[in-house]
Amino acid sequence: MFSRDNWKEIFETIQKNKLRTFLSGFTVALGILIFIVLFGFGNGLKNTFSQFFEDDAQNIITLFPGQTSKPYKGYKSGRRIEFDNSDLEDIKTNFPIFLEYITPRISRNGLVKYKNESNNYSTRAVAPSHQIAEKTIIMKGRYLNANDIKEKSKTAVIGRLVEKDLFNGANAMGEYIDVAGSAFKVIGVYQDEGGDDEERRIYIPYTTRQLIEKNTDKVDQIIVAFRPELGYAGALALDKGLTKFIKNKKFINPNDQNGLYVRNVAEGLKNTQQMAFVLQMIVGFVAIGTIIAGIIGISNIMVFVVKERTKELGIRKALGATPKSVIGTILLESVFITTVFGFVGMILGVFILNSMGDKLKDRFITDPYIDMPIAIGATILLIVFGAIAGYIPAKRAARIKPIVALRDD
Amino acid sequence: MIEIKDLHKSYKMGSNSLHVLKGINFSVEEGELVAIMGSSGSGKSTLLNILGMLDELDEGSYDLDGVPIKNLNETKAANYRNKFLGFVFQSFNLINYKSAMENVALPLYYQKVGRKERQEKALKYLEQVGLKEWATHLPNELSGGQKQRVAIARAMAAEPKVLLADEPTGALDSKTSYEVMDLIQKINDQGNTILLVTHEPDIADMCKRIVHLKDGVIIEDKKVDQVRAAQYV
Repeated sequence: MFSRDNWKEIFETIQKNKLRTFLSGFTVALGILIFIVLFGFGNGLKNTFSQFFEDDAQNIITLFPGQTSKPYKGYKSGRRIEFDNSDLEDIKTNFPIFLEYITPRISRNGLVKYKNESNNYSTRAVAPSHQIAEKTIIMKGRYLNANDIKEKSKTAVIGRLVEKDLFNGANAMGEYIDVAGSAFKVIGVYQDEGGDDEERRIYIPYTTRQLIEKNTDKVDQIIVAFRPELGYAGALALDKGLTKFIKNKKFINPNDQNGLYVRNVAEGLKNTQQMAFVLQMIVGFVAIGTIIAGIIGISNIMVFVVKERTKELGIRKALGATPKSVIGTILLESVFITTVFGFVGMILGVFILNSMGDKLKDRFITDPYIDMPIAIGATILLIVFGAIAGYIPAKRAARIKPIVALRDD
Repeated sequence: MIEIKDLHKSYKMGSNSLHVLKGINFSVEEGELVAIMGSSGSGKSTLLNILGMLDELDEGSYDLDGVPIKNLNETKAANYRNKFLGFVFQSFNLINYKSAMENVALPLYYQKVGRKERQEKALKYLEQVGLKEWATHLPNELSGGQKQRVAIARAMAAEPKVLLADEPTGALDSKTSYEVMDLIQKINDQGNTILLVTHEPDIADMCKRIVHLKDGVIIEDKKVDQVRAAQYV
């Protein structure tokens, strides 16, 4: 069925029926092209929404210490709760399967000086993974690392606007700034999509802060990131578990609403995920619709092609063509055309998407893209259905008696 | 060569059944040139279609070169047609996007003959019908007579045992008809068995035997003195 002679026969037929070839090829190429562009635009829309909603990481639970309002196990009410380094370790050891990372945060406000410039900034003493939680983007240098924590080094990562204000636009890298009386070396400059306030902060190692504050081991807040694949339900479970664990450890009455505050971003995550899901559904519907339209288009053309060729097939049968060879000829021809034109349409569509980039950002479409497996899968799907759509009329044509086929002039 | 016994064929037209062939007994020897005559509706085309395995018989038997032709599946019928039979139709039935040579080569393609040999043979047969220099032309660039000669060359290319022609001159003027008949006679002179359906007495007279059909039965079957077509060309 696949001999060189057969291919030659098919190529000749294709070559000598240019209009027919063009029509069926055009349908396939257009179907795939529209599918890829629409699907890509859908993804671009999703990108835009993600940027709107995802300034900070969405898998965050933050623990704030409070003041007890109920007596419990011999402790009076009105006791101030404090977190310390042992809490970090305990959470790590008790919730290993939930945890992606954990970081403390100690926030202080104070005067920061460089040469003659000075200003009040919020300083956050954190662990390296805080970068992920806050989605801090490093522009120059680096973020804090494990070594900084271990060595309690006096290093600072400053916001873009801190550099702009304090250094008057000069390069801050490697310079020393005065933070509440201690000199810190600037090792990195960051930006943040959360707005100007977020870019007016200074990050230092939390161990350094603890050292400065009389070698304490206290921390203000604990930020726990859970594995995103746990989803909303997992986040709620971790939320409950953490609350119970901390209340138990710190001797807080389980019914006390004030001893411990827990903020769970999963609530927001759920909304964002729902929005993304709805968009995905819309994109999916559009994609399936386009593919179905393409399949119907190619089916129609195949039916038409076979109808048009009925007489020719009758002649071929009278000359000794077997039903198998009739079906084979039609199928090979249609698969060949749909494959070639399908991939042409696919490559064209991918090319259009790639050249789009940010040009349609005003129209809420950012970086439209399509995953290659989806693009190729859709093309193959169209080819397969084109073949099936061709097979049914081809089989009927092969079964038609030559005498009937020859009769209708 | 052909042996038909008690052949019946009827067509269903809705609830009615049209009995077209009502018991045909008929045989053809090798090298014969037989004209099947009859008015329209006499069943002559149906008979030819059954002989050509383009249609199936209802009752009776049909042997072709000693091979019983019955209960053939499509593939087998296609192979037999390819091996045993060559067809010439009233409306030529050339494939319009293939050149004269490619049309002639087509039955050889289905015999799985190699491309080169196919083209050589096709040219040889085109030469026989006097159209070698028209080999690369498409059918719509040929006159009616030329088309029919290409069709005859195509029918001969497969080297069939029997050539079946259904009104081969039906669409041609008389001068061209005689040219085609001259060609058919020459092919017959080479020993080929030919059956042709016609309703024109002058064409029938150019055969060696005339079978008259009327209302689905043979009413006359006689040998005739062949009129050579060459004298009119």
